[in-house]
Amino acid sequence: MNSDWSTLAPILLESLRETLYMVSVTLLISGALGLLMGVLLYATRRGNLLENAAIFTVLNIAVNIVRPIPFIIFITAVGPLTLMTIGTTIGNEAVIFAMSIMASFITARIVEQNLVATDPGVIEAARAVGASRLRIILTVLIPESLAPLVLGYTFLLIGIIDMSALAGYIGGGGLGDFAIVYGYQRFNWEVTFVTVVVIVVLVQLAQVLGNWLARKALHR
Amino acid sequence: MISFREATKVFGSGPDAVRAVDSVTLDVGEGEIFGVIGYSGAGKSTLVRLVNALETVTSGQVVVDGHDVTTLGESELRQLRASIGMVFQQFNLMKSRTVAGNVAYPLKVARWPKERRKQRVAELLDFVGLADKARTYPGQLSGGQKQRVGIARALATSPKILLADEATSALDPDTTQDVLALLKRVNRELGVTVVVITHEMDVIRSIAQRVAVMEHGKVVEHGRVYDVFAAPRERATRRFVGTALRDRPTPEVLERLRHRHPGRMVTVGVRDGQGSGTDLTATLRRHGVDGSIVFGGITEIDERPFGSLTVELAGDEESIDALIAELRRTADVHDLGTREHPRNDPSAVVAGDEQPSSPDAPGISGAGGADEIAGPATGLSAGSATGLGTPPERSSGGFQ
Ligand SMILES: Nc1ncnc2c1ncn2[C@@H]1O[C@H](COP(=O)(O)OP(=O)(O)O)[C@@H](O)[C@H]1O
Ligand SMILES: [Mg+2]
Repeated sequence: MNSDWSTLAPILLESLRETLYMVSVTLLISGALGLLMGVLLYATRRGNLLENAAIFTVLNIAVNIVRPIPFIIFITAVGPLTLMTIGTTIGNEAVIFAMSIMASFITARIVEQNLVATDPGVIEAARAVGASRLRIILTVLIPESLAPLVLGYTFLLIGIIDMSALAGYIGGGGLGDFAIVYGYQRFNWEVTFVTVVVIVVLVQLAQVLGNWLARKALHR
Repeated sequence: MISFREATKVFGSGPDAVRAVDSVTLDVGEGEIFGVIGYSGAGKSTLVRLVNALETVTSGQVVVDGHDVTTLGESELRQLRASIGMVFQQFNLMKSRTVAGNVAYPLKVARWPKERRKQRVAELLDFVGLADKARTYPGQLSGGQKQRVGIARALATSPKILLADEATSALDPDTTQDVLALLKRVNRELGVTVVVITHEMDVIRSIAQRVAVMEHGKVVEHGRVYDVFAAPRERATRRFVGTALRDRPTPEVLERLRHRHPGRMVTVGVRDGQGSGTDLTATLRRHGVDGSIVFGGITEIDERPFGSLTVELAGDEESIDALIAELRRTADVHDLGTREHPRNDPSAVVAGDEQPSSPDAPGISGAGGADEIAGPATGLSAGSATGLGTPPERSSGGFQ
């Protein structure tokens, strides 16, 4: 196998940089939006702090519709929306847009599921000292669920890395695109293999970091 | 301090509706320790949650410190809640905050400045004896320590009322006593009105001055703890009293007692101002009768003596009869007879259970009572005219 790594290496590095860029921007956007939606999903459920059947139903249905769509279909399906918002349907920004929407809905469910496990007694204790609902959400609910939330976000991060591999389909870059263009399409198995190794290392790093942070948040 | 007026709370609607609190009218006075006892599901938690409006009444009124809770809006309610402390069975501490952080939380909510907050937290941790645990996380504390943190948190904003919902139910007996002693101090030293919810009569006995017994959402009996113990009216109350005081022999115990002590036995009640160990000894001496205590116990209720002693008497029959007659003038005496001639005074046999109107009337044996009598190798003759008044409530029992 004749791979010229002196020319490939800089391209691989550039691809890694692009992946990191797409992934981190998506993580920030979907992390924030997903947290908001997840908290709303949890809090508006019957019997909870902000009980509201309308908001809950709309969010719940939206999450259930979006989440199961395969990303490769979703990325093209949101094309018109991408065009309206970003001004183009191709390139890294278009990819980030599609990924952020999908990841937000995934995050919403992850956040909601972790919040459900919060001890209702602790929330009751906060109500009993006269804390407002918003205050309880921000100072009790989220801090008390921090450890599982960190693990949830680690899972999310890995999911986003996975999604970003499809960026090449709509003219984006990154490691996935690199592996397809320089590996798959040129029958260069070595390039594919090296890219896989880079991605595996990336995911491992994310997981180790996530586990460490979650343990710190546990206070056992 | 707290007044319930026909307070009712219904959960759900239609056929599934649960009347968790059912037209409760009750007053808790300022500065007292008020107990609410009942079995699980009786509505105790719901009742106490009406006080700080964690639940709102379906109908009726709850007045706390002059404010009608049922008419307050959300922000006024938050103020009210800040002036009422609450302690929980499962402690409900935030695991993500240190002990100091947990105690400081109500102060943050009440917008205390940081310096005063720190000072107050130190003061509170000192009061509950956990000054050295300020930086510890709750996960590293024992149950008793967690509850003391819970109490410190509940007292943070110097509330006038402390609600303790099964505060000791998750604790072992020693720790329970520590926490009860702390609640007593809170009441004495800080003048806080304390409402204690429990399913253990022993908790009521140790700290409450007045008690309400709840069953199916209703308060079925209430009054001074001493009076309720001395003369429980309702069946539920009798059961609770029976679990807290095991000073009177159960039928099984009585059988064993007769086996060991063939002579005349009497159970002498010991109450505040009537009958005490020393009175008994003096009376025995005057009549030339020997007595040996074979069963019983004297404890304190509301800090006054309460209990009974079962004594085997030895002497000539006339003196014993005269002695019993004299004792009866000042104390509650139940003559148990001898092994040869047993008198199964029902009210003495099963303390705290339903009794026939006349204590010496031959009881009508229920199925359970008949079982007791039919037991072989006891001093009881199965054909005895006197049966056990009622089926025994507790199959096991006796003096712990
Ligand atoms: N939030 C609720 N929704 C529906 N039913 C409830 C709720 N809270 C309590 N109940 C019901 O009300 C009754 C009394 O409950 P509770 O006050 O917790 O009793 P206790 O504290 O004496 O065990 C029970 O039958 C319980 O199932
Ligand atoms: Mg309860």
